[in-house]
Amino acid sequence: MTYPLVDWVSIQALLWLLGLSTLIVLGLKIWRWLRQQRVQQRSVVDRVNYLLPQTQCGQCGYPGCLPYAREICRGESINKCPPGGTETIVRLAKLLNRAPSPLNPAHGEFKSFAVAAIREAECVGCTKCIQACPIDAIIGGSKLMHTVIEKECSGCDLCVEPCPVDCIDMLAISSPATFEWTLPSTVIGAYSKLDSAL
Amino acid sequence: MNQLQHSRKIARKLRAHRIFGGIKPLALKARSLRSRIMPTPIPEMLILPLLQHQGSPAAPIVNVGDQVLKYQLLAAAEGPLSVPVHAPTSGEIAAITDAPVPGHGKQSQRCILLRADGVDNAIGLLLLPDHRALSHWQLLERVNAAGICGLGGAGFPTAEKLRSSIERGIELLIINGAECEPYISADEALIRERAAAVVSGAEILQSICLADRCVIAIEQDKHDALKQLRHSLESSSVELLELPTKYPIGGEKQIIQAVTGLEVPHDALPMDIGVLVQNAGTAYAVHDAITEGKPCISRITTLTGTPLQTPKNFEALIGTPVSFMFELCGIEESRHTGSIMGGSLMGLELVRTDVPLIKTSNCLIAKSRAEFPEAKPEQACIRCGFCATACPARLLPQQLYAYSRNQNLEQLEQLNLADCIECGACDYVCPSHIPLVQYYRASKQAISSRDQQRQLSAHWQRRFQFHQYRLKKEADGLQEEERAHRIAPEAAHQARGFSRDKARQEIAAAVERVATRRRNTIASSRESD
Repeated sequence: MTYPLVDWVSIQALLWLLGLSTLIVLGLKIWRWLRQQRVQQRSVVDRVNYLLPQTQCGQCGYPGCLPYAREICRGESINKCPPGGTETIVRLAKLLNRAPSPLNPAHGEFKSFAVAAIREAECVGCTKCIQACPIDAIIGGSKLMHTVIEKECSGCDLCVEPCPVDCIDMLAISSPATFEWTLPSTVIGAYSKLDSAL
Repeated sequence: MNQLQHSRKIARKLRAHRIFGGIKPLALKARSLRSRIMPTPIPEMLILPLLQHQGSPAAPIVNVGDQVLKYQLLAAAEGPLSVPVHAPTSGEIAAITDAPVPGHGKQSQRCILLRADGVDNAIGLLLLPDHRALSHWQLLERVNAAGICGLGGAGFPTAEKLRSSIERGIELLIINGAECEPYISADEALIRERAAAVVSGAEILQSICLADRCVIAIEQDKHDALKQLRHSLESSSVELLELPTKYPIGGEKQIIQAVTGLEVPHDALPMDIGVLVQNAGTAYAVHDAITEGKPCISRITTLTGTPLQTPKNFEALIGTPVSFMFELCGIEESRHTGSIMGGSLMGLELVRTDVPLIKTSNCLIAKSRAEFPEAKPEQACIRCGFCATACPARLLPQQLYAYSRNQNLEQLEQLNLADCIECGACDYVCPSHIPLVQYYRASKQAISSRDQQRQLSAHWQRRFQFHQYRLKKEADGLQEEERAHRIAPEAAHQARGFSRDKARQEIAAAVERVATRRRNTIASSRESD
């Protein structure tokens, strides 16, 4: 007796197998894709927040960097962060796939990093700067001298405004005299290409 | 188990191996090797930086105006990565101020200025002819107190390196006498003239770090030094290994590969694979520190370059100004166009010559226009790939160059820029004269400053979060207090068994009582009427 080379039953079985395995594979892929989407959605705020300078200065109009990061993810423009400067805007644009635009002058201009310092002889101890500091970097008691912990200061400027006797200065920190290697003069300014694009 | 594997591997493979890449530049060492090592006279003023090594600066323990003697401790080590500073000669402390030190650009640092009195009075030293009299911890303590840091150029505190090596366990100690960089001949001169001391230093180092084997590795073209070493090693357990002449075979990771055939993994240290490398100059300094009790106050330094009439090796006091050293060799100022501290490939360009010679300065080169012409203009990268074949770390210099140009730091990290040893081999072979190492150094700095910024940002974020938490807690506390104020009277009433109904009843009863009393009074008055 000779068996047919292919019979219907085996073809059916094969089809079933194929169909089932395709379904399983597809299902797995979709599940993974969904999970990835969820993870990305959750972390995009974190990733934006990671790129922001975390000075918590509020110059963007939001109370802190995380709220601004949340708003950026909801469509707020990315050029409202003066302490971050062009570099942050370019990085944000790259992350969010948006067009970089120059820093909005309404929110301030980029300044080099400086920390607050209280002229301690003039301080009257009103505690207003302590209340203004977003990262608790100022210490002092009521009617006693206050001082800024230089190591902790983020240079957000927020304590300068409320001081009634104007005894807070923003000082560029004196870094130890280390040699800064620069790129050879043919490519002055790493972001020159990006700057011209803005 | 791991240790055992190491020893087996190392024991089997101890012979001269090939290293990756590398170049063969002209050695140019013969001119400074014509004469013997000369001691320098004492200069009028010695400049002693508090930070001559990698790590944190030492803290001065002398005051301005103090009279100090030779070998006296001037600044004590502060913290584990710090190295003390001793007086190279007797004299008076003139000042403790910021003074220019060798480095890129115009660096200045805290220095002790010592005005020499020329008498050279020394404090008594504790001699120790046989180092086996002390335990290895005691020896380590002596090395630590002697202020020795790696004299090959990197300047890592030797005692700290030894201590962590003891903790990790070391199979092989390599004494690095390769000295592959052009112009430098300090170690070669040292081994040629004081081979016995170097070998004794190697033995001391071996007994401190408890290594099973100790190898002195030296390039095979250093014939005189090899001859002397063979002679001194006859009655010693220390072995000798001749390495092929190639730059940069004297680099720490390269010499390990050349001696053992093992590569140090990119995120590991030599001690992780059971190897410790010490420079030959360091071994000599250790010998001096242990057997003669001398702290590290001088070192062998090569003075070379065509503007110098008599280039030679000096045993120079630490803190001697560079200009003073050049004058000793008869410098022709008209031909002198610049100076380098270190070799021609990795050395530091000196902006000024009033900087002091420090513990890591193995060579001083006086440049002339004929020998060091102006850098040729940078051309476009033609992707020839010479740099990739020359790179001893097996990186991709072209890619690193491209990403450095547009400052793509993430990609640079991916391509392991951190593993670049900045040897300059890629620069040397580049036909387009691209200053590749400058690109890499700038990019490395950009990466480290970005990482610092990130750390700061994270710190500020944490503090901000805590600030908000604190405010919230305070606000909650206030609310709680208010509520407590509101509730408290009622609670007190309840405690006394007070209730509204009862009170109402009491009031009603009182009103009733008053009403009846009044009624009674009215009735009685009518009766009386």
